[in-house]
Amino acid sequence: MIDALLEATIRWATPFALAALGECVSERAGVINIGLEGSIIAGALGATVAAGLFGPTAGFAVGAVSGLAVALCFALFAVVMRADQIITGTAITMFALGLTGTLYRVIYGASGVSLTTPTTAAVAIPGLSAIPFVGRALFAQPPITYVLYGLIGLVAWWLARTQSGLALRAVGERPEAAAAAGISPVRVQFAAVLFAGAMAGLAGGTLVLAQAGTFVEQMSAGRGFIAIAIVVLGRWRPLGVAAASLLFGAAYTVQNLFQSLGLSEVPYNLFLAVPYVLTLVVLAAARGAASAPASLGRRQIESH
Amino acid sequence: MPATSDNTTSARWQQVARALLRALALAGLALVLLVLLLTLTGQRTGDALRALVNGAGGSWYAMTSVTLVRAIPLALAGLSVSLAFRAGILNIGVEGQLLAGAAAATFAALAAPTLGAAAVPLILMVGALAGAFWAGIAALLRRKFGVLEVISTIMLNYVALHTVGYLVRGPLQEPTRVYPQSFTIDARAQLPVLIPGTRLHWGLVIALVLAFALWWWLRDRAAGFRLRAVGLNARAAFSAGRIDVDRTTMGAFLVSGAIAGVAGATELTGVTYSLYENFSPGYGYTAIAVALLARLHPLSVLVTALLFGALEAGASAMQRDAGVPSVLVQVVEALLILLVLSNEWWQTRHRRLGEAGT
Amino acid sequence: MIDRHAKGPLPAAAEPSALSLNGISRHFGQVSALSNVSLRVNRGTVHAVLGENGAGKTTLMRVAFGLVKPNAGSIEVRGRTVRLSSPADALQSGIGMVHQHFTLVPAMTVAENVALGGRGLYSAQQWADKVRAIGDRTGLVLDPTARVADLPVSAQQRCEIVKALARDVDVLILDEPTAVLAPDEAQDLLRWMRSYANDGHALVLITHKLRDAIATATDITVLRLGKSVFSGAAGTTNEDELAAAMLGTGLAQPQPASNSHTTGPAPGGKRPAGGADAREPVLSARGVSVRDALGVARLSNVTLNVYPGEIVGVAAVEGAGQRELLRLVSGRLQPTTGQVTLPAHVGFVPEDRQNDALMLDAPLVENIALRGAGARTGRMPWSDFQHATSEIISQYAVKAAGAKVDARTLSGGNQQKLIVGRELANQPPALIVENPTRGLDFRATQAVHTAVRAARDAGTAVVLYSSDLDEVLSLADRVVVMHSGQLVEVPGDRIAIGRAMLGS
Repeated sequence: MIDALLEATIRWATPFALAALGECVSERAGVINIGLEGSIIAGALGATVAAGLFGPTAGFAVGAVSGLAVALCFALFAVVMRADQIITGTAITMFALGLTGTLYRVIYGASGVSLTTPTTAAVAIPGLSAIPFVGRALFAQPPITYVLYGLIGLVAWWLARTQSGLALRAVGERPEAAAAAGISPVRVQFAAVLFAGAMAGLAGGTLVLAQAGTFVEQMSAGRGFIAIAIVVLGRWRPLGVAAASLLFGAAYTVQNLFQSLGLSEVPYNLFLAVPYVLTLVVLAAARGAASAPASLGRRQIESH
Repeated sequence: MPATSDNTTSARWQQVARALLRALALAGLALVLLVLLLTLTGQRTGDALRALVNGAGGSWYAMTSVTLVRAIPLALAGLSVSLAFRAGILNIGVEGQLLAGAAAATFAALAAPTLGAAAVPLILMVGALAGAFWAGIAALLRRKFGVLEVISTIMLNYVALHTVGYLVRGPLQEPTRVYPQSFTIDARAQLPVLIPGTRLHWGLVIALVLAFALWWWLRDRAAGFRLRAVGLNARAAFSAGRIDVDRTTMGAFLVSGAIAGVAGATELTGVTYSLYENFSPGYGYTAIAVALLARLHPLSVLVTALLFGALEAGASAMQRDAGVPSVLVQVVEALLILLVLSNEWWQTRHRRLGEAGT
Repeated sequence: MIDRHAKGPLPAAAEPSALSLNGISRHFGQVSALSNVSLRVNRGTVHAVLGENGAGKTTLMRVAFGLVKPNAGSIEVRGRTVRLSSPADALQSGIGMVHQHFTLVPAMTVAENVALGGRGLYSAQQWADKVRAIGDRTGLVLDPTARVADLPVSAQQRCEIVKALARDVDVLILDEPTAVLAPDEAQDLLRWMRSYANDGHALVLITHKLRDAIATATDITVLRLGKSVFSGAAGTTNEDELAAAMLGTGLAQPQPASNSHTTGPAPGGKRPAGGADAREPVLSARGVSVRDALGVARLSNVTLNVYPGEIVGVAAVEGAGQRELLRLVSGRLQPTTGQVTLPAHVGFVPEDRQNDALMLDAPLVENIALRGAGARTGRMPWSDFQHATSEIISQYAVKAAGAKVDARTLSGGNQQKLIVGRELANQPPALIVENPTRGLDFRATQAVHTAVRAARDAGTAVVLYSSDLDEVLSLADRVVVMHSGQLVEVPGDRIAIGRAMLGS
């Protein structure tokens, strides 16, 4: 029973971790991307369309590209034109939610024909998945989860051990210092935001191709915003972010558990509110700002 | 966010003229974008546009009972957003505060039969308090724990949404216990109609009065100036103005929530007469567009709310009569915000390029 | 005594200069920032670029570092013409820059800061070794694993220099390097520059401090209003000639100014320390300690009394607690322990005027109305504020198109004059000023100094801090020194004060 819960936790946590990992990179570069939610929903729709035509792998790829495309719009306004990051992000999210809703109805018809896409099944890694307790939880997951593991390690290594990672960290802390060292803060932030968009797109794809098996309007349900909270909880570190995502994976697991147990005393609707309340509690407990990159959200990166 | 400044008579008339011109420009732009999107998504553009225009203003009924009625919650919510933004608070939670107001008003409506003439004002006040309370949660989290209000207010939106979902299936559910919606509120709890024969209710007066009151207060009162100063530069407000920034922002946040609560309460008592799951078709989010396009100026909010009211009235008609998804209008609204942002960037470009390097 | 002629400047035609700026011109709109300025920096020399704020030094430096492209002229490094469109180009061309406002990442270590901007992989170990090697080679010793935020200012500056040296630079440009240093530290740095040049390197010293230039440089170029008005060997000129060149002939007898070019204590007119026993202090701090949000002590057991009609000058190295002191005595900061007695209104001119004193996107009249806004009730008397604004504009000669223009449209100097005017209106009992003439040109500086002195003469109690010790000495009636959060009054001269700033 425990290992089933653990397995479900990791499965639910995967899209959160993907989106949060991307946002982590973006925020380490100084950009807070409220439009992440838009990238997730765009990724979900893109994955649905592509998977329906070409299968799940194409679905994930197109999902990533869709998320990246939305992030590109955000980057144009927030990074290049240095508009207010929060307002831009809100507008981008509204835009993406509206556009995906429109496109969905146009493509699949307003009749609400339930549409199913092929999902990716769990793939057990021989040997590793036999480890007691955590074996199945960690190593009998849909392939996207393994991709996630790889990405976590890659991002952690890249931030600490490469010059480009160092440059990105510098841009998020003090862009003037990076500029004086010959780095272009705008280019770094632009790339970071695109990466975050691609990751969020993958997260959206995961929602469809490894969980729901279909597209529903507004199915991102605030995960993009929750991802931002996860970054805070994880103290802007890739491993911390991964761990923090587990917390939310657990919350959704518990939610589903109670739902399936049919506890009619406690209303279902209030359960739906749990992840959001949890986010508030987490943010309050983490007391935000202390370890944030010093120049997070800054609009003006004056050259010296 | 720079807002238009407010002094002297002739400057004011100029501002009014400019605001109207902007509104017209925006309306035109919205139509252009709409046509573009319609064509790109392969819709029957001509039919769609005709449906839109008819739905928005093609008849006395359309104008009073659809467009204006939809403009009222947008105006109130827009005032709520603009007040908060003006103080430098990114209150994205107007949607949730509005729902809190509507839910509280529904509860209060239960007491309507015993309240007599004071029923409606009291219900609206309850709505205001609930909205302020809902905003207060985010305000407290911000003040005590440094939680970014953007995230907390959005989270609270979802919590409010699901709480309403619970309420209309539980404590507030209609007597037959079949549908996810509340009982219909007593006639004594309903906002009277302004123009007989239409659905236009007294909420319009409330919106107008509130807009003018805010405009006056921001311009003329020390407390209003403090709010603006904090929004323009909180550090300078503290250092140079000796202003209590925490107190000012807290106050602004709560009042913003209260106005949003009133928006919810008036919508309940004036239009829907009951609470249900999709009570708000995203008023709180549209209000952000309404406020930004009005450059956070209370009187301009009335104009942009009207514009968006017309757009959304038209959108419903467009969906009903021409089969175009009404959610397309949300895309237009978002694009308008982005265009305004680009415009600001374009304007300040000259300043950046011309800056001397000394 | 600094030995200036160990190797001497190399003969001009012997080899290409390390850096050559030829006929550089640059204008911004109507304003000509640089006109046909040329500069030759030879190996083995220190070349000083002297000038007031606004003379064009900053623009010239930005051109050399690729931050700004010249409208005319060329740049050569070791005889090769280079085109610079970004700092990256400048770095690649062998131009190294030590910035006035440190371009270090406080949260990162010395090694990381030095490594920043490279390619490929980053190995903390390799870079630590490199930092140590540079330390051995040049005498600029640093702990590579130390966090920059934890280092004292002089060490941070060392880090800036090491950062520049870590790349093979042909010429090293230092922008106002002594601005944030105590006198002894400044001397150490200048000495280091001289010896580094004697080893065969090329350095450019950008400064407004005459004495530093004459003592350290091999060659001097003076800029004024964007033009080069003097260029020659340091040995062939003297202070008076250079001062005249910097300020222009119309100001042959300058008042002792902030950015003071003459040495020693300010001439006459100093008031005696204001009859301490006879009068009540206007500002009083007794046994005050202040801890910041992280619990670090910023002020320790500080006692200070300021009387009407005197200017108390605060001398300190950056980070010694003067920032907290000023905010404490102006009522903007509460003590953790101890007592502070203040009048109801204390004027405050903070050093960061754009962030702490002005609402840039609001009209001037609203900025004036900001004063006292915290306590005001009822209506805003806009016509009164209009009147007050017009008065300030005329009294302080603020160049503005009217009271309704946004504060952003004013130049730095005019913004500062407006702020000073606002804070001094209605003769406040006390005024606190922090680096009041930073970035201001000569005229604006004079105006601010005149206003501060006039306030003092009218009975206001003034507390003044400037990172420019000469400015403090020229204005203050008495001087207090801050070091590591502690305050001590130091009678006596520049040397004693300089020592006290470093804690001895």
